[in-house]
Amino acid sequence: MNPAFSVVVFTTVAGAAQGLVVTLALAALAGMPLAPGFLGLSLTVAEAMLLIGLGASFAHLGRPERAWRAVLMWRTSWLSREVIVLPTFMAVVALWWLAVRSGIHAPWLPLAAIAVAALLWYCTAMIYACLRFIQEWAQPLTLVNFALIGLSSGLVLASAMAALRGETALLLVSGPCAFAVTLAAWCTRTLSLRRNASLVPRSTLQTATGIRAPKLVQKSMGMSAGSFNTREFFHGASRAVLKQVKLGFLVLCFALPALLLLWGMAAQSTLAFVLALLVQVPGLVAERWFFFAQARHPQNLYYQVVS
Amino acid sequence: MMQWLKDLMASAVQPAHAPALEMAGGACGEGCGCGSAVAAEREADLEPPVAQRRPARLSGHDRVRAEPGETLAKQLALVIDLNVCVGCHACVTSCKQWNTSGSAGPLADQKPYGADPTGTFFNRVQTYEAGAFPGTETIHFPKSCLHCQDPPCVPVCPTGASYKRKEDGIVLVDYDKCIGCKYCAWACPYGARELDEERQVMTKCTLCVDRIYDEKLPKEDRKPACVKACPTGARLFGDVKDPESEVSKVIRERGGYSLMPEWETNPANQYLPRRVTDEAGGATRIQAKLGGMS
Repeated sequence: MNPAFSVVVFTTVAGAAQGLVVTLALAALAGMPLAPGFLGLSLTVAEAMLLIGLGASFAHLGRPERAWRAVLMWRTSWLSREVIVLPTFMAVVALWWLAVRSGIHAPWLPLAAIAVAALLWYCTAMIYACLRFIQEWAQPLTLVNFALIGLSSGLVLASAMAALRGETALLLVSGPCAFAVTLAAWCTRTLSLRRNASLVPRSTLQTATGIRAPKLVQKSMGMSAGSFNTREFFHGASRAVLKQVKLGFLVLCFALPALLLLWGMAAQSTLAFVLALLVQVPGLVAERWFFFAQARHPQNLYYQVVS
Repeated sequence: MMQWLKDLMASAVQPAHAPALEMAGGACGEGCGCGSAVAAEREADLEPPVAQRRPARLSGHDRVRAEPGETLAKQLALVIDLNVCVGCHACVTSCKQWNTSGSAGPLADQKPYGADPTGTFFNRVQTYEAGAFPGTETIHFPKSCLHCQDPPCVPVCPTGASYKRKEDGIVLVDYDKCIGCKYCAWACPYGARELDEERQVMTKCTLCVDRIYDEKLPKEDRKPACVKACPTGARLFGDVKDPESEVSKVIRERGGYSLMPEWETNPANQYLPRRVTDEAGGATRIQAKLGGMS
């Protein structure tokens, strides 16, 4: 697939915002002494990130003015379900922010935030995992990775903000949690990479055309220039680039942030937590870009040779 | 449910669409009035002058969409005879001509005379070479939407713009409801859908739904444009659910097969395998079909 920048931005930014909200909600439910100002600020940051994500998802559409129609087919479409759950999540976060601001104690709001965040991860990941013939995506690990990477980035963000604002009580828990979840996400992402490396495509040129000759090559895709099929489903990057992006995201998204978190916890260093966040951001983008680029769509079998 | 929303939207967009229909009425000549896939869908919302143009057959029940997994009584489809396709691309150009001239709006091209021309097509003819030199075979392979009986592109559509008609099994896109999210194209293993870059909506083969029911056309012309154009008769059109139809007979007798049977999309369109002549005057063998599916 050719990774769409809008979808990469949406899934990473919204995922991190969900992770941040879940972190704050768990901290609030555990009775952690958070300054109301910090909680309000963090929820504002999360809401702003969700707005950016929403904007990116609109940018993906060819006819954004009709976007409201996307809520209609929630019975069958995971995309439609996501379109319903995302604004719901934003509304819950906004309500919680209002409650914090006006000093209302409402423990059901963080509980609802956790539930809707989990639902949103599920919907977002199922959009990809439900496409059975994109074998790289059609696996339970897709769901696990979307949730764990979102949670990892949210925890890193929460820790960096807690370090900057001197929220030591939160940082003492969120730091180790960020470290543990980042390692867990590293493991599950590596598992999915290993699984994908050993995948045998079920579709071949023979099944795609029904021509049973063992040696079968395309001589013409039926046009001399590109089409939607060649633009949307081919990323055009070389194998070497793909390999470097894979290495890059493993280092930037998981390894370096984990090391920096360790340093931050050991040395009580604010700089280390902030660095962990700054290093992870390009890592997250690279990870999601690779997620899309690695998917081999069966339709590509029909578009191998220009002429 | 949500009918009020649909009505609200229909009334809001109506003025914008009326000129498109008028224009199509002028461009299509006597073949028009049929209503395209899209026009037919929205006609019920339009005022009488436009609604009168639609043929009686299309009124009412074309709105009925098949539910996922539903077995339909009728399934229109194409059968492609790989044995006689000569790769002339007449079906490609006639498809483009018919579908760019209809009331659904043009199939846009970008930079048609530039160095890197591209555009929207519903049908392509590809060429494959089987075997090793000197014993090679060239196979021309027309490819369009297969109108799957379990279309994976339909349930993923968030707006309901993509649907399968209960009436005849044609898979269609309502261009007025499509938001251009491209998810249906991702969900089609065959790459049958193409986004129209100009209109920013998903497009695909309609089996010339605006032609095959047009009672203003002579009966022999009520076939998809590609079928009418094929000089060798490599494209057959009919109801694959009717065991006595021409298409059902050739599928039975000549080993018609589906593309990518492994994904269980149950395509309605079938392909007839090549018959390979071993030697002059000798027996012919039918190229074995793949996967044991018919």
